[in-house]
Amino acid sequence: MLEALKHQITQIKQNKFLFEELVKRDFKKKYKRTALGMVWSLISPLMQLLIMSIVFTNFFGRDKPHYTIYLFAGNLTYAFFKDSTYGGMNSLMSNAGIITKINLPKYMFLLSKNVASLINFGLTLIIFFIFAAADHVPFHPRFFMLIYPIIMLIIFNIGCGFILSALFVIFKDIQYLYDIFTLMLMYVSAIFYYTDTYSERVQQMFYLNPLYVYITYFRHIVLDGYIPGFKTHLLCFVYAFGAIGIGMLIYKKYNYKFMYYM
Amino acid sequence: MKKIELNDVSVSYIVGDFSNLGLKDVLIQKIKGTYTAKEFTAVQHVSFSIEEGDLLGIIGANGAGKSTLLKVISGIMRPTAGTMAVNGTVASLLELGTGFDGDLTVRENTFLRGAMLGYTREFMNETYDSIIGFAELKEFEDRKFSHLSSGMKSRLAFSIACLVNPDILILDEVLSVGDGAFRKKSEDKMLEIINGGATTLLVSHSIAQIRRMATKVLWLDRGKQMGFGDPEEICDKYEKFLNIKDTGE
Repeated sequence: MLEALKHQITQIKQNKFLFEELVKRDFKKKYKRTALGMVWSLISPLMQLLIMSIVFTNFFGRDKPHYTIYLFAGNLTYAFFKDSTYGGMNSLMSNAGIITKINLPKYMFLLSKNVASLINFGLTLIIFFIFAAADHVPFHPRFFMLIYPIIMLIIFNIGCGFILSALFVIFKDIQYLYDIFTLMLMYVSAIFYYTDTYSERVQQMFYLNPLYVYITYFRHIVLDGYIPGFKTHLLCFVYAFGAIGIGMLIYKKYNYKFMYYM
Repeated sequence: MKKIELNDVSVSYIVGDFSNLGLKDVLIQKIKGTYTAKEFTAVQHVSFSIEEGDLLGIIGANGAGKSTLLKVISGIMRPTAGTMAVNGTVASLLELGTGFDGDLTVRENTFLRGAMLGYTREFMNETYDSIIGFAELKEFEDRKFSHLSSGMKSRLAFSIACLVNPDILILDEVLSVGDGAFRKKSEDKMLEIINGGATTLLVSHSIAQIRRMATKVLWLDRGKQMGFGDPEEICDKYEKFLNIKDTGE
């Protein structure tokens, strides 16, 4: 009994150490080579925001208050999802040399990639709040509720990363298909337009898109000034745990089969 | 105590050209009914067991299934059939350079590699100096790993894997690298580990080395177990087999 517990603790310690070292490696590799390093990964979403706000303010944001913040909230969430899932998709294949030689928990590679995306997201989020303050969006304690959709989004991203990385091991063309998919996703997530001009039915259908749900939660809190209802919370939860549940099942089933395809 | 025990173990790979196939191709082939996944049995009905402190030499020509067998024992692959028991922590040095990252420094790589081999941070902090010392890379520790010579890389890989006294150590040709002096040193270190009670699996094409070091030998040929047991006996048979093959051709 004590032996087993000791073994368990060592295992956790080992995995923790491996995780930290992988995070360090991914982080250093991501930022070491570019002179601007981390700054660049912040500039890129801001540039995108700038262009979008220049282009779309005339079309969609003319009579809406805080259109830039509305846009930013959508972009922020979408960029996090995209960054995290792209990293996740590559996590197994880019470590194929290790996975086929050493017996390690494969999800570690995915989680370490996600940490880098999360840090990026965190920094962008800070800029988001600065922008919001500059645009006279009043701060409210309710903002702390944002922790809920963020956690759910992290889980959702990891789940999607699991699924995509497994698919990518087996189907090498998935990255091109995913490019198209993310582009389409951007258009159906109401990032730069408003959904209130659509019929009630169509508006309901937007909720089939998990990303839209997370974006909407963000906007309700920051711009609309209320905490969404129970249904939205439930949806956030179902999408997140649905994705990670499927992902974990795939990993469990194919854990020893991945290497045939690498 | 039996450290490793294999009963009638077989391992097959799924082979086919699907690793280059995309989702579209597979869908099309599935619809047409032309999709096939073939199996290739790399290891067939292998049974052996070794005790604590044994050094098992594995011999056989290329493609005999040696590496596949080691992958199974180190837990990367699962046997398709048969049962297996491995008692203790396995440190696998299947291929030199695995897990090292050319962009990181020697120090960073040592920790990364240590983490992959299943050590804890405290342990690495304690042993780091002796690892670098043994690998004779003290003045290189802040250099990029990709700037090291291949001999230095294998010295580092060897040192990380061997300075930890693992229960079971898996080596694939590892002793035939490095310069003469280091080769001697690494062999001494190996013997020290073996005498210290570790169980070692060694794949080598050097029959002389196997004869000198191994306490048991497993001979594989095209996935089949040709013999297992006393090194002298099996090595003699193996050399005879090679000679017959040479003259027969």
